[in-house]
Amino acid sequence: MTVAFTGESHKRDYSLTGEDTRHAKEIGLANAEWYHSEVPRKVMKELMQRSDGPAIRDTLLWFALLAGSAWGGIAFWGTWWCVPFWIVYGVMYGSVCDSRWHECGHGTAFRTGWMNDVVYQIASFMVVRNPVSWRWSHARHHTDTIIVGRDPEVACKRPPNLFRLLMAYAGVIDMVDSVKILARNSVGILSADEKDYIPESEWPKAIFAARVHMAIYLLTLIAAIGFRSWIPIMLIGAPRIYGCWHMLMTGLIQHCGLAENVTDHRLNSRTVYMNPISQWIYWNMNYHVEHHMFPMVPYHALPKLHALIKHDLPEPNASILDAYREAIPAVLRQARDPNYYFRKPLPPTARPYKEDLVHA
Amino acid sequence: MPDWIAVCDVDVIDLEDVIRFDHGGKTYAVYRSPDGTPFATDGLCTHEKVHLADGLVMDDTIECPKHNGRFNYRTGAALRAPVCVNLSTYPARIADGRIEIQI
Repeated sequence: MTVAFTGESHKRDYSLTGEDTRHAKEIGLANAEWYHSEVPRKVMKELMQRSDGPAIRDTLLWFALLAGSAWGGIAFWGTWWCVPFWIVYGVMYGSVCDSRWHECGHGTAFRTGWMNDVVYQIASFMVVRNPVSWRWSHARHHTDTIIVGRDPEVACKRPPNLFRLLMAYAGVIDMVDSVKILARNSVGILSADEKDYIPESEWPKAIFAARVHMAIYLLTLIAAIGFRSWIPIMLIGAPRIYGCWHMLMTGLIQHCGLAENVTDHRLNSRTVYMNPISQWIYWNMNYHVEHHMFPMVPYHALPKLHALIKHDLPEPNASILDAYREAIPAVLRQARDPNYYFRKPLPPTARPYKEDLVHA
Repeated sequence: MPDWIAVCDVDVIDLEDVIRFDHGGKTYAVYRSPDGTPFATDGLCTHEKVHLADGLVMDDTIECPKHNGRFNYRTGAALRAPVCVNLSTYPARIADGRIEIQI
């Protein structure tokens, strides 16, 4: 079943300081009360319990795969045999970094705080995100998920820029944009949007972090020139371009084609069943409705949470391909009709959508 | 002088857990530490209006269920971003098998 919002069309302003921001605050969409499925307190406490074990296991495996594939890429450099090693290294660097950045940013991957912080800093560097500003940006994404004028992390804006969306998979545009932001931050400039979601007390930290990141990129370039070799660039920076395809493949189906300006994550987020390798790379963020409803449930407990509340959720997409079959037509239609969104039917066991503030 | 207000029987709150308590138009979070001592703070996170009673108590910290901000519920101190502002705390005690807070 699909529904097109029938209200008047207007040009959306996704900045955090514009007319849509004012409107969202005025009608109570900003910092609103969101729907969540019922989970008994004792069960939720168990689900939220932290553990170092799963994340240590996964992180050791991640580092081993990074080291092993880097070794193969360097050892076979100059022959075709290096290609599969760089393909693996690229995904380990340019895609796995996103899910580790995400989960450690939430502080839920490890029980031990410093382990979250160390992996968060490493992953932030790999994914080319300022570790300070993106922590605040993501907090806002969870407060005001896909609320126009409030959420700084809307990937599929309406009407969609189809060329940019398609090019995203190549990684170049996002990399260039991300480096531009770091460069701007490193010379002490924060945008109006960044100033909106980062408290003033944190601005110096954001600028310092950007300078550290830019310094490492500069050293990498110097090493490449000094050694007259592409290998330093293949190891640092470039994998964010040639290995980001999996991050984009899984990330863009989180919300694309679904509703805006609602307060029920079942309307604006997508849960997708995936193969175990993608699920490991993505650290179970395919349970995206569940993650948004209960962001303090660690990644390793999300399958259990899903089993508990799936009666209250739309049917998950059966695969990544199935999710794209749903999202692509919706995004294409949004290019013509920005008010359109794909509305998933609920099973009879679910409570109705919370639609007291729905403005698709 | 603030009054002592009865919240609940002691065993209503598990050890190392928290409940929400609304009184006089305000909302509070009432805790029992791992050794059973009661504590009380404001009920909403100082970052955004999220009820701390839905969060996880770990030793002497309460974690906001939305953004992972953490406070020491004994002192109200903000411990982890995105929280920057401390929580207000209130005296709490056990009297005749009930938890009371002074508000």
